[in-house]
Amino acid sequence: MASKIDEQQVKHVASLAKLQFDDDQLGKFTTQLESIIDLFETIDKVDTTGVKPMTSATDQVNAMREDIAVNSNQREALLNNAPDTEEGYIKVPAIIDESGDGE
Amino acid sequence: MNFETTIGLEVHVELKTNSKIFSPSPVQFGSEPNANTNVIDWGYPGVLPSTNKGVVEDGIKAALALHAEIEQNPHFDRKNYFYPDNPKAYQISQSETPLAHDGWIEIEVDGEKKKIGIAEMHIEEDAGKNTHSPNGFSFVDLNRQGTPLIEIVSKPDITSPDEAYAYLEALRQRIQFTGVSDVKMEEGSMRVDVNISIRPIGSDKYGTKTELKNLNSFNYVRKGLAFEEQRQQRVLMSGGTIGQETRRYDEASGQTILMRVKEGSDDYRYFPEPDLPVLEISDDWINEIKADMPEMPSNRRDRYVNELGLKEYDAMVLTQTKEMSDFFEAAVAKGADAKMTANYLMGDVNAYLNDNQVDLQDTKLTPENLAGMVKLIDDGTISTKMAKKVFKAITNGEEPASYVKEHGLVQLSDPAQLQPIIDEVLANNEQSIEDFKNGKDRAVGYLVGQIMKQTHGQANPQVVNQLLMKSLKAL
Amino acid sequence: MNFYDTDLTKLHDDLVNKKISSTELTKATYENITADDDQVKAFLTLDEENALKKAAEVDQQGVAANQLVAGIPLGVKDNIVTKDLKTTAASKILSNFKPIYDATVIEKLKAQNFINAGKLNLDEFAMGGSTENSAFQTTHNPWDLTRVPGGSSGGSAAAVAAGEVLAALGTDTGGSIRLPASYNGVVGMKPTYGRVSRWGIIAFGSSLDQVGWLTQSVKDNALLTSLISGHDDRDLTSSTKEVPNFASQLNDDTNVKGLRIAVPKEYLGEGVDENVKAVIKAALKHYESLGAIIDEVSLPNTQYGVAAYYIISSSEASSNLQRFDGIRYGVRATDVKNLEDVYVRSRSEGFGDEVKRRIMLGTFSLSAGFYDAYFMKASQIRTLIRQDFEKVFEDHDLVMGPAGPTVAYKIGSNITDPKSMYMNDVLTVPVNMAGLPGMSIPAGFADNMPVGLQIIGKPFDEETMYKAAYTFEQSTDFHKQTPKLGGQK
Repeated sequence: MASKIDEQQVKHVASLAKLQFDDDQLGKFTTQLESIIDLFETIDKVDTTGVKPMTSATDQVNAMREDIAVNSNQREALLNNAPDTEEGYIKVPAIIDESGDGE
Repeated sequence: MNFETTIGLEVHVELKTNSKIFSPSPVQFGSEPNANTNVIDWGYPGVLPSTNKGVVEDGIKAALALHAEIEQNPHFDRKNYFYPDNPKAYQISQSETPLAHDGWIEIEVDGEKKKIGIAEMHIEEDAGKNTHSPNGFSFVDLNRQGTPLIEIVSKPDITSPDEAYAYLEALRQRIQFTGVSDVKMEEGSMRVDVNISIRPIGSDKYGTKTELKNLNSFNYVRKGLAFEEQRQQRVLMSGGTIGQETRRYDEASGQTILMRVKEGSDDYRYFPEPDLPVLEISDDWINEIKADMPEMPSNRRDRYVNELGLKEYDAMVLTQTKEMSDFFEAAVAKGADAKMTANYLMGDVNAYLNDNQVDLQDTKLTPENLAGMVKLIDDGTISTKMAKKVFKAITNGEEPASYVKEHGLVQLSDPAQLQPIIDEVLANNEQSIEDFKNGKDRAVGYLVGQIMKQTHGQANPQVVNQLLMKSLKAL
Repeated sequence: MNFYDTDLTKLHDDLVNKKISSTELTKATYENITADDDQVKAFLTLDEENALKKAAEVDQQGVAANQLVAGIPLGVKDNIVTKDLKTTAASKILSNFKPIYDATVIEKLKAQNFINAGKLNLDEFAMGGSTENSAFQTTHNPWDLTRVPGGSSGGSAAAVAAGEVLAALGTDTGGSIRLPASYNGVVGMKPTYGRVSRWGIIAFGSSLDQVGWLTQSVKDNALLTSLISGHDDRDLTSSTKEVPNFASQLNDDTNVKGLRIAVPKEYLGEGVDENVKAVIKAALKHYESLGAIIDEVSLPNTQYGVAAYYIISSSEASSNLQRFDGIRYGVRATDVKNLEDVYVRSRSEGFGDEVKRRIMLGTFSLSAGFYDAYFMKASQIRTLIRQDFEKVFEDHDLVMGPAGPTVAYKIGSNITDPKSMYMNDVLTVPVNMAGLPGMSIPAGFADNMPVGLQIIGKPFDEETMYKAAYTFEQSTDFHKQTPKLGGQK
């Protein structure tokens, strides 16, 4: 288990999360995150060998919807809420990286 | 140095369900931008996905067609990345527990059969579509967002571009036969990502992979891989190293061109989707779906050869698409001769489809009418020559028997009607009888021609031949 | 008027019998809000015009006997989406956001003709325990305006405590209903995970979030919780279990005789304020005197709850909040040069520091190389925490302890140290981790501030919790005490 988080790592995580910190904030956040990650690491000492992870608290299993199409008729309302649109499209500054999900 | 090649294929197939995988918006093409969207497709604050049962069922069908093991308790995972066509900035996919794993399909290259393993197959949502304008903006249409996909990942069993081609062809066919997708690359309902590496023969470590993009047909996959195989060999032979990179296939030059070098691996931060309960796929459910599964092309081919007496090649052609194969079987079930039906489908019908650029299911041709025509030929009612006209009629949806009747196309096969005509022709052609007696076989042809002329082409040539020979010998 | 001396049943009866009109009620509500809310600052958005319009409609139609909340103004936490009414989650990035659909809970209330009084303050995206993380305002505790109301449903709790509304909807991911209920001396119930649909709740930690009510009385809470519960096709995690009428057994015969109450020693251990402990111990004594059986038990993994909770909730939040990117709705940063700017600047300018911290922690916990040690390990500990409770529930009906380790603290006193802020949640997060129902009811006072008794039930056994809470309430006076602020009127 890696112990501390440094400014370099904070920058890397921020880039994954599309966040940016100026130099002042970077220092402050790094210190705070470090202290919280210290807290996180207390779980390291728990023996969880063979324990199944719990990733949901629902009592439902195999819940599904029938394959029936419903037209929302929400197109105009959706487009009205978008910061910028043109001819029914959502408009954004040019996408330069064509890689999509990078697959 | 000699090299061996390892090819990996990731195939995305769009399912043709009524509604999207996690939202009830319709799955429909050619609509106005963003017309088939709702708050779920836009990733609105507060929305939740809900799994489409039809997608899970289709996924199970596909898995069965790939001989894959179906996961009993699959869940969904989130794949996190930012992109304008990815509204939640995560794609709901499956990573930890794909719907199915460890399948295989059989391919044949140069008469050699080989099993290609399927590592895993999962269900996930498609992204929207971005279009780009030259003036510094991009435009997002979320109609495709949430369209159900299955992704099929091959095991590293494919060792040549030809095998890759055969794998894609076999995969396309099997999926097509399940009926869950149109599997058409030209329409985007089948998309292929490939990676390829080479290594010296005998090496136990795979070489560095390159990924190829922009492969828009099976043929381009084969060509792109062949080019890349050669390129990698040249690089290694000249002492260079292969970079972990993504390359774009250029259709015009037939070459692969460097797009970008991959630095490390992407970090998608997969984790179990907390908004969707785990699935429970019981044996009962699988059996129910199994009972509903159409017979796969390989089984059909065996049956066509062994039970219907078709040639291997013919059986293969007829099983290219489920529509063709179903059509064939329906016609045979109506009592049409299998071989003759097969010949018509591979000949006249295929030519008709090619000339008109249509799919069989979009024509007015029906198995009933084709069977009707074949039967009329078979029982001598019409000649194959007459059948040309009848075929044209059935492509317009006409019923062959009544068409033949209306247009007086009935073949003259009754000896009682034909004999007087033969007698008359013989009486008027003494020279030909002389020639026949002198061993000139050509005379027979001439006499048949005369008889056909007299009957305006309606005489059954076989019957005429029989009767004529009998008369000649009796003279 | 304020809502201290009445309850839902009485108001409903008066409306049915036309002793009072919805318009009168609604006007009075806005008078209260006008009088108090510049000090309490509970509401972010008021919708007086539409509320009065709706009230007039209700008055014209009349209130049917089966429309419990018809014509009654209630408050809604601002992370619950309301069609055409601004919903911000107290975040700058949604400061202009008008939803185009209603949350399921709102749909259910609207079907009964309730009056939406307005949207209540919270910590941005429900991340925090004081409302100090709201991008717009800090809500003040009506009992002492220099103190926090708790959070994240601090606006909801303060509005109810101040008598501005009879009840308000909140959400609870790690204590966000129970902690403010405790700090404000009101009743707060977080139902079992899956009891109430999450459709339309702006997601924070999807496997932990639940909607619930903050009310002045236990019975009101029970009535209202029945109203919003039940399976929803749009939330596949919502339970298909039948919803009882939780209030049907709350009457003069309700008692706790023979009820087996477990008190985890970890809930009265180090870190819990002595005066708070004293109040809780007295409350337990009171239960004993009413015939309940009190046992000390252990929930040994409690100490890992906060760490595991913050890993899981932040991981889910980091993913849930990625959709706020300035592209389809909400605020897009201006003067952007390229797409990367749209993302990075919209998010960096649109989110506050606490939200950024959680996103960073979550992104880190899920990232390559750390997933197993953080997210996966925390999810395993979650299993252990649930098993701790299962074991106790084998021979107990309820678990009880304090809801928070202290009473409401001074505004600004904790905000600079996120870690110590997180430790305040030690007594509430295990309930969300295990998916159990949990509530807080007024149990007394320490340092002149209210103290909440936390009651934890078995999954989907809210009924037993309400019965125990009702018995306690009916035999004590704590719930009748009101803050001076409202009491002066």
